[in-house]
Amino acid sequence: MTADGGPELVQLLTPEGERVHHPDYDVDLTPDELRGLYRDLVLVRRVDAEATALQRQGELGLWAQLLGQEAAQVGSGRALRPTDMAFPTYREHGVAWTRDVDPLQLLGLFRGVTNGGWDPHEHNFALYTIVIGDQCLHAVGYAMGVQRDGTDDAVIVYFGDGATSQGDVNESFVFASVYNAPVVFFCQNNQWAISEPLERQTRIPLYKRAHGFGFPGVRVDGNDVLAVLAVTKAALQNAREGNGPTLIEAFTYRMGAHTTSDDPSRYRVAADLEAWKLKDPIERLKVYLARNGHADHAFFDAVEAESEALAVRLREGCRSMPDPDPTALFDHVYAEPHPLVDEEREQFVRYHASFAGGEH
Amino acid sequence: MAVTTMAKALNAGLRKALERDDKVLLMGEDIGKLGGVFRVTDGLQKDFGEARVIDSPLAESGIMGTAVGLAMAGYRPVVEIQFDGFVYPAFDQIVSQIAKHRARSGGRTPMPVTIRLPFGGGIGAVEHHSESPEAYFAHTAGLRVVSPSNPMDAYVMIQQAIACDDPVVFLEPKRRYWDKADVDDTVDISSAPSLFGARVVRPGTSATVACYGPMVRTCLEAALAGEADGLDLEVIDLRSVSPLDIPTVAASVRKTGRLVIVHEASVFLGVGAELAARITEECFYSLEAPVLRVGGYHTPYPPSRLEEEYLPDLDRVLDAVDRALAY
Repeated sequence: MTADGGPELVQLLTPEGERVHHPDYDVDLTPDELRGLYRDLVLVRRVDAEATALQRQGELGLWAQLLGQEAAQVGSGRALRPTDMAFPTYREHGVAWTRDVDPLQLLGLFRGVTNGGWDPHEHNFALYTIVIGDQCLHAVGYAMGVQRDGTDDAVIVYFGDGATSQGDVNESFVFASVYNAPVVFFCQNNQWAISEPLERQTRIPLYKRAHGFGFPGVRVDGNDVLAVLAVTKAALQNAREGNGPTLIEAFTYRMGAHTTSDDPSRYRVAADLEAWKLKDPIERLKVYLARNGHADHAFFDAVEAESEALAVRLREGCRSMPDPDPTALFDHVYAEPHPLVDEEREQFVRYHASFAGGEH
Repeated sequence: MAVTTMAKALNAGLRKALERDDKVLLMGEDIGKLGGVFRVTDGLQKDFGEARVIDSPLAESGIMGTAVGLAMAGYRPVVEIQFDGFVYPAFDQIVSQIAKHRARSGGRTPMPVTIRLPFGGGIGAVEHHSESPEAYFAHTAGLRVVSPSNPMDAYVMIQQAIACDDPVVFLEPKRRYWDKADVDDTVDISSAPSLFGARVVRPGTSATVACYGPMVRTCLEAALAGEADGLDLEVIDLRSVSPLDIPTVAASVRKTGRLVIVHEASVFLGVGAELAARITEECFYSLEAPVLRVGGYHTPYPPSRLEEEYLPDLDRVLDAVDRALAY
């Protein structure tokens, strides 16, 4: 497997910020839209950096970093229509951003105030899924629902290179294929499943696996927001038109650790990181915008100022986030009354009330 | 509908559910043209179409995981796992996703999924076709676990399970599929007793025997046989193992002073263990004897030539009753 993604890699913006063309994929964006993507990338990276810092300060129990994967997430997220449904892993902070989920709600999950955080239906963005690959089946089931509803919505599901070894992911490929479900499988191949390199998951390029399941696979430069946008839009359109699933392999790199609990220095070399720094998703768009007169200093300064303001809001919002009421642990376990949960809630309340007024 | 089998009663209940709510979908292996290996879904695909009665690929986790997505999209999936021993590939989707989804979403996303699971032994089957996995599911918050014991209950309970906004593991006692009884199909589920309530199926005074699913018939037969020895057993069909209807069992034990719990599943950490603990707590001063349990052993389910030794039968039930009375 070639480290640079090989000749099959779809690219519209080179790491040097040069706009190139591809016979099958293209985007035609206004300067305003291009600036919007740049803003997304910068702010999403800032969310990630602030969350990492908040974890270091003890405000979050954990954070799963997306550093380096901003273009893969923003490009694919911006390819969606509002009524399309997205199913994330636990690292899709950039997709969450494009679905208007407040980053503070992501922080709440990693702070431990909730196991969910947002309304999946309001944002058409499912809850984070931590068991690797489970969400791929959920996405296919949702897409089967869309088929029965008769709308032309599409569904996208995110997963990583490690997840491609999971049975559920492979089963989701089978179900999507035989039912021709309107779903896009978006695999962010960031080269690492915690400490295990891609070679531990596969002997062939991941996008080629789609062929065996009976649908197309495409490898896109995951650090090229324009290419990701173009490829994802095409795959979604394909799904809408009744042509079934597509596997997109977004070839990228996890610049940070797996999570804040991880230590990549134990298993990978610094030279790889340096090589991927040269392919930074934000830098190339910045160069392109500046070189072509699509953005000036005032714009870049304004984004920077917005990023600072966002950081302040996240820091303050996170630190002032209240813990849930203790009785909330009994909430929403069941939709209909359940004698055991009701009884245990009463016992819990009584037990706590027994301390009222006492010295404890 | 008159006298019919449990399998046909379930079929009629599924048909009613499909008629009542067009969001109800059936999905499973071989449930379409074949009508399921036990014919429980016989004719339903023909009448409701392939979009609502869905033959799935042969992948249990796939069935369960797509059911999650269908539920999120507003559907009410009723999935069939062909045999008890094949549910484990889907275990993760059931306990990690289906059971927790409502709580994780703050109540915004219910999971009205019904998991139909033919369970239990006694049919001379090969390995993995005779198991009783109810305790695994009952141990998981967010799930409900029920089992009908007779055709009439099967007809009503399957409709109630499907109408329930919580996920329900619906255990079908496969060796009772061919038991016949009168089924009144004019009964509406809105006026039927709660799906989660136990029922005294035989009043008595000597001791209480609590059971569910396939063991209800066994225990009723034991009670009948016990009459010759002067026993007057009260038999309770729990119907629901999660939640457990503790008040109904406790009221009976306060009257009889003795409780024997019977299930096919192995006794260790089984449903009987929980019921015994709860009844001991609730009825300590009414008990004349320790709560006793009759069930499978702490062994893998045996080859079928030995299953009669493993499964509780009339004699083992009465033996436990005798031991309880000897205190």
